Amino acid sequence: MTNQKSNGAGFSRLNRRQLLQSSAVLGAAAAAGGVALPARAEDKVKLTVWAWTPRTQEMADLYMKKKPDVQVVVENVGQGAPHYVKLRNAITAGTGLPDVALIEFNSIPSFRALNALADLSPNLPAGFGDQYMDWTWKAVSDGGKVFGLPWNSGPMALLYHADVLDRHGIAAPETWDDFAEQAQKLAKAAPGTYLANFGVDPGWTAAVLWQAGWRPFRTNGTEIEIRINDGIAKNWANYWQGLIDAKAVDTKPAWTTEWFAALDNGTYASWVTAAWAPILMEQAMKKSFGKWRAAPMPQWQKGGKVASNWGGTVFSAFTTTPNLKAATDFAAFMSADPQAARFWLTEVFLFPVLTELVDDKNLMGHKYDFYGGQPVNEVFAEALSQVDPSFEFAPFQDYVNLQIEDHFAQAIAGHGTLADAFDRIQDAVVAYAGDQGYTVK
Amino acid sequence: MTRFLAGHRPRVIIGKKIAPYVLLLPFVLVFVAFLIVPMIYAFNLSLHKTALVGGTRFVGFDNYARAFVDPNFWSGVWLLVRFGFIQMPIMLSLALAFALILDSGLVYARGLFRIAFFLPYAVPAVIATLMWGYIYGPAYGPLAQIAAFLSLPKPDFFSENAILGSIANITIWEYTGYNMIIYFAALQAIPADLEEASKMDGASAFTYAVRVKLPMIVPMIIVTIMFSIIGTLQLFSEPYLITNLARSVINSHFTPNYYAYTLAFTAQQYNYSAAISFVLGAVVAVFSYAFMLASNRGTR
Repeated sequence: MTNQKSNGAGFSRLNRRQLLQSSAVLGAAAAAGGVALPARAEDKVKLTVWAWTPRTQEMADLYMKKKPDVQVVVENVGQGAPHYVKLRNAITAGTGLPDVALIEFNSIPSFRALNALADLSPNLPAGFGDQYMDWTWKAVSDGGKVFGLPWNSGPMALLYHADVLDRHGIAAPETWDDFAEQAQKLAKAAPGTYLANFGVDPGWTAAVLWQAGWRPFRTNGTEIEIRINDGIAKNWANYWQGLIDAKAVDTKPAWTTEWFAALDNGTYASWVTAAWAPILMEQAMKKSFGKWRAAPMPQWQKGGKVASNWGGTVFSAFTTTPNLKAATDFAAFMSADPQAARFWLTEVFLFPVLTELVDDKNLMGHKYDFYGGQPVNEVFAEALSQVDPSFEFAPFQDYVNLQIEDHFAQAIAGHGTLADAFDRIQDAVVAYAGDQGYTVK
Repeated sequence: MTRFLAGHRPRVIIGKKIAPYVLLLPFVLVFVAFLIVPMIYAFNLSLHKTALVGGTRFVGFDNYARAFVDPNFWSGVWLLVRFGFIQMPIMLSLALAFALILDSGLVYARGLFRIAFFLPYAVPAVIATLMWGYIYGPAYGPLAQIAAFLSLPKPDFFSENAILGSIANITIWEYTGYNMIIYFAALQAIPADLEEASKMDGASAFTYAVRVKLPMIVPMIIVTIMFSIIGTLQLFSEPYLITNLARSVINSHFTPNYYAYTLAFTAQQYNYSAAISFVLGAVVAVFSYAFMLASNRGTR
């Protein structure tokens, strides 16, 4: 990773690869003289890409038009766990990996721990990272090495059902204290209606704790610090435990059809979630279409300006690929072509990672029907700039997530509190890390 | 005649000796390739340990030593023992009752009923579980809707106390028909003259069913119990598919097979997962053998 300003050599290399000629940042340098990529027709490069996002092949087709000597096949092998299980199995088997795959930010350390991710930096121009939002670039790079190119991010906000809150005279909460107060008020005013549902969701848990200042992992080679049950986590646990005990929030499993229906019909009046949430909400929520609004994430300090990120993806290439150069080139196109990124944001709710787009007033002012015409990107763009880049995921995040699921579930079922759950998760993860050969500090 | 046969005998004997093996060969090949070889591979896996840091090393029976004292594993086994004691008696007695009713000759459209009972078995477990997951739905499932319509409290099929029964119900629905077909086939094989004889002796249809037919299919009942024990201890699909609906009660080590799955595919502990699988195999063998001993003693 480099924070130094791009130098001339970097630009000319970029031009030669015809990476980002449409990019405003780099377009100026195109004039400096672009030489077409030396393409030998006899060896057409074939790239296999695993991605679960909608309409990704369309974008790959766009790439192939620009690079006729490369053939890109996008395969959808499943979303979430199935995707990662297949990737890990292929890594274990040593065969069957794609050249490029979409992975989430929180999976980068895990795949790096398996030595599966190729370093893309040799085929990237210097200063390539400067065009990305700071934390997204930090998440994919380490020293001078680059293990993936950010594609979309998940800045978080409070999405709420405007008419439900209006009906009960509730304002969108600015702080978490407000949030708790409003939750109690709503549960009392309209039994069976909740301001929120506390479903067991490890990704969400990590994201909202990220905002609170939780920094559970610090990995340095084979040494790892594990602070899962620190004071921040305990405070957070007590906060939600209080709401659960007061029956001010519901505790149904998230992501089920019933849960979507409850969000749609106003049983749950809000959801602290990421910019990509409407991809899923749009499909499942017909009744509430147009009634959703976005407000900044509730703050722990009054007047605070701290947001968080949940999810978001990067394109990574694997060490096994025989076409690392082409794979890097493809990832760079997918990641940094601003025209495409514009399309994905307005059509598919994939929030960009390029500073240029996040700063683009026009794009950020785009009005969405789903949000009743609210230009929600302004909220998300602000949130993205308020994400603290110092958060690290574990190099075995799936195991951590599993423990969060198991132990939170127990707490919700009434066996111990969420605070106890953090202690048990800490113990389990420390034992696991030691078992996996890490020196736990 | 004897002389004629004697002249041909040697060739026939060689043919007879070889023929079974030739006929068994395709099975043996598949058996070795898809059962023996993977088992050897898995066993070898279970003797090693691969860590994220440090790579793979031979650890002997360490993984087994750990499995024997792993509370997550044994809580799963204990859960299935409880599950089996609820599920098996209900399922097998229903199957037996249906088989006896169908066999009694009192039912019209017997073939239709036979197929209807058997149909759930033909539905893949995945579809069955998704379907029941919908029926159980706590807010918008049909049962919850009916309860709401009648102003009754909505039933919670995914509560801690109900979950075993809810899963048992799915498996009963799935496998009763299968067991019924086995019983029915056995009942059909009972010679009709026994019925005439018992009628002559003044037995009612019910007495005939219970006192004559039932004892005659006991070996089949033992076989189905055996199958059920093995099937129960390997329970996986139903809880796995229902997890998302009942996250608070189904954890990552709900059943031993579920535990082996998450160990291998989420926690990346393939070696330990292999050891857990072998220990589960041993548990299945012990339960089956114990049942065989018990049933032999009982029938002797």
